[in-house]
Amino acid sequence: MALFELDRSQYPEAKADGSLDIDLASGKYLKLWQGPQHPGITGNMSVELTVCGDEVVEGRTHVGYLHRGFEKLMERRTFIQCFPIVCRICVPEPDFNEYCYAAAVEELAGLEVPERAHWIRTLILEMGRINSYMMYLGGQAGSFGMGVIGQWATYVRDLMLDRFEEMTGARIYHMFILPGGVRDGLPEGFAVRMEETLREVERALKDINDVMYCNAVFKKRTVGVGVITPEMIEPYGVTGPNARAAGVAKDVRKDQPYLVYPELDFEPVTGSVSDIYTRADVRRRDVHVSIDLIRQILQKMPKDGPVMTRLPNVLNWKIPEGETYIRGECSRGEYGYYLVTDGSGYPRRVNVRGPSYTHAMALLEKLIVNANISDVAGLMVSLHTYPPEIER
Amino acid sequence: MEAFVKPGEKNRLKERPERPVKQELQPRVVKTPDGQEITVEPLKDYYCEAPPRVHPPAYAKIVEDLFNWARAESLWILGFGTGCGAIEMRPLMTPRFDAYRYGIQWRPTPRQANLFVISGYLSVKTLKRAIRSYEQMQNPKYVVGLGSCTINGGMYWDSYNTIKRLDRYLPVDLYITGCMPRPEALLAGFLELKKIIKAGKGEGANRYAENFDWYKANQKQVIHDWDMPDYSW
Amino acid sequence: MKDLTDRLGTLFSLGDITEKRDDLAFVSVAPDLLRAVITHLRDVEGFTHLVLLTAVDWIEGGQFQLTYLVHNRTRARDIGLRVFIDREEATMAGIHDLWPTAATYQRELKEMFGIDFPGSPRIDEEFILEGWTDIPPYRRDFDTKKYAEETYFHRPGRETFDPATHMKDKLYPGEAS
Repeated sequence: MALFELDRSQYPEAKADGSLDIDLASGKYLKLWQGPQHPGITGNMSVELTVCGDEVVEGRTHVGYLHRGFEKLMERRTFIQCFPIVCRICVPEPDFNEYCYAAAVEELAGLEVPERAHWIRTLILEMGRINSYMMYLGGQAGSFGMGVIGQWATYVRDLMLDRFEEMTGARIYHMFILPGGVRDGLPEGFAVRMEETLREVERALKDINDVMYCNAVFKKRTVGVGVITPEMIEPYGVTGPNARAAGVAKDVRKDQPYLVYPELDFEPVTGSVSDIYTRADVRRRDVHVSIDLIRQILQKMPKDGPVMTRLPNVLNWKIPEGETYIRGECSRGEYGYYLVTDGSGYPRRVNVRGPSYTHAMALLEKLIVNANISDVAGLMVSLHTYPPEIER
Repeated sequence: MEAFVKPGEKNRLKERPERPVKQELQPRVVKTPDGQEITVEPLKDYYCEAPPRVHPPAYAKIVEDLFNWARAESLWILGFGTGCGAIEMRPLMTPRFDAYRYGIQWRPTPRQANLFVISGYLSVKTLKRAIRSYEQMQNPKYVVGLGSCTINGGMYWDSYNTIKRLDRYLPVDLYITGCMPRPEALLAGFLELKKIIKAGKGEGANRYAENFDWYKANQKQVIHDWDMPDYSW
Repeated sequence: MKDLTDRLGTLFSLGDITEKRDDLAFVSVAPDLLRAVITHLRDVEGFTHLVLLTAVDWIEGGQFQLTYLVHNRTRARDIGLRVFIDREEATMAGIHDLWPTAATYQRELKEMFGIDFPGSPRIDEEFILEGWTDIPPYRRDFDTKKYAEETYFHRPGRETFDPATHMKDKLYPGEAS
């Protein structure tokens, strides 16, 4: 039997300026909206698909459902008033906003942070990374119809949220990393309970590996779908696991070590071909790296010492004129804050560089062409985008 | 109900340039696979336009009580997380908090849901989608506002893109405070909503129908890109 | 970082150079030179990753500052190019052909600052806002509090304190400000 060949005779031709000549009145094409509500993606984002048969000929990302105008609101708030709102920019992994904002303010204001605060910050960021990956695993499995993975992953995430709760007092928005240090040290017996949680995470990962990654259906639907070639990485600004899955060891933790990462022993996880399966696999192995890092941190960190430097009177806290950019490796890729000050008590401009900004817009619109409708959901989730950080 | 703000009185309603109708919403002739030519007028054909009606209670109180008991025991939530509060819905679906034991479950489409949880801030763009989703839900339907940002704007009280009072745009039955509310608070809120429904006070859909013009005027005041019929279900 | 700015200085006429850290510097560039400098950085110096493109509104001087931040991964350093353009007729040549992802940034700048990038793909399409008719919201002269008060219903009973006086009374009662 001959191999099935796609009939592309009905497909649109490209016009002179490169856009496709899509004539809706011809009846060959259909506009289809995926979103804005989408169970796999954390936040609202929609893709306007133009389909021919069941294949996508054009996809356009629409964002803005979660826009609150943070960058404008922060211009109206003093430096310390900005601190409680920055974490709300990105829900599933809020700590990165706190860290980047705090580090940017510290650099411009010339604050020295105590050594122990650096360790606690790293610990929080790694815990947040595990949480974020667990959200992703649930969404990725859910988009291929494996609901039980979501139940397991959310359960493990809840355990990690318990650790957050005993450390910071809150489940989701911790507001723990503030300019000058962190709010408090670790509670008593934290390391023991953390170890229990980590074992639980490892156990769940083993189950997830058996049920999801070794699943023939999952493999068949994800291997070779939505491939990001190494050539696409620089033009499209791909960072994080999406780039590492293509074999490019792009990891800010290694490239430009910040906090206490130079003292920790780890290797960035890489894959061979960045398709949906490898990206999912890289993230699963990255959870193991994070678990290992948390163990190292709890072992090596100084047991006592100050965690907070003395801030100037925050009422009249004026920061000299300057601009800086702080980056870090969050679970999706490079997260950064660009902060401009003008010598007053308010930031002049804050710009948040979320990794999803490039992944969900230009990259997704490129990858989605010629995908099958049934793969679109999995493809969207596999880029691990969090829409709130696109539009802030 | 206070009278809605008239245009130009307190709110600035600027003269807006006429927006061209989007290409996919324009009337067009479509050729069906079997060769017929049909005219499609999306704005008319894709919507059902009849305005909402007030549904009177059943003929006897005992029957209405029975209905209300049944309604309270099967709250089906529309799976549309409008803001950050949606992140605490996920733990509610899992065995640890397990909202299913109260007859609460999440449905993917408005047609199957009767409870709309507005989970957090609503930007103007999402408000438009939320209104459409709400109108597509079957009567009787309930709205729960989650988090301080639905009550008075919360953290975003001075933001130019989020609404501050949800009850001006949709009939809210219950608010759950917090930023962000814990899953336990959500469960307590749902139990409270059951009491409201069982007492026969969950009349949001009827209030929406009675004060339809008031709600519509409020909605249109903030949603500038209104390219749909007034009521669509 | 010094070696790089020196090399750039021999090739192009640069403005102010600020060395922020060992791995981060900001350089001012004239608008018509930007394309040449950024192409040189990308193709010769290995700054292949466009980190961000954003604008700062210096309303007092009547200028927009565009910041192009590019990153070199092998040498682990960043350079930010500052371009000052006129605030009244804010137009700039796009770099979407160098980095396809720059088109998204340019769309956002068009919508949120009103800076035009002629020829950039889908530049006039709405990106985040829907049906916005006021001045672009990220401009300094747009007052978000005033707009929110005039446009949305506010629930009475919310007390708003001036942060400076309130925190002084509550937190630092004895301290002179």
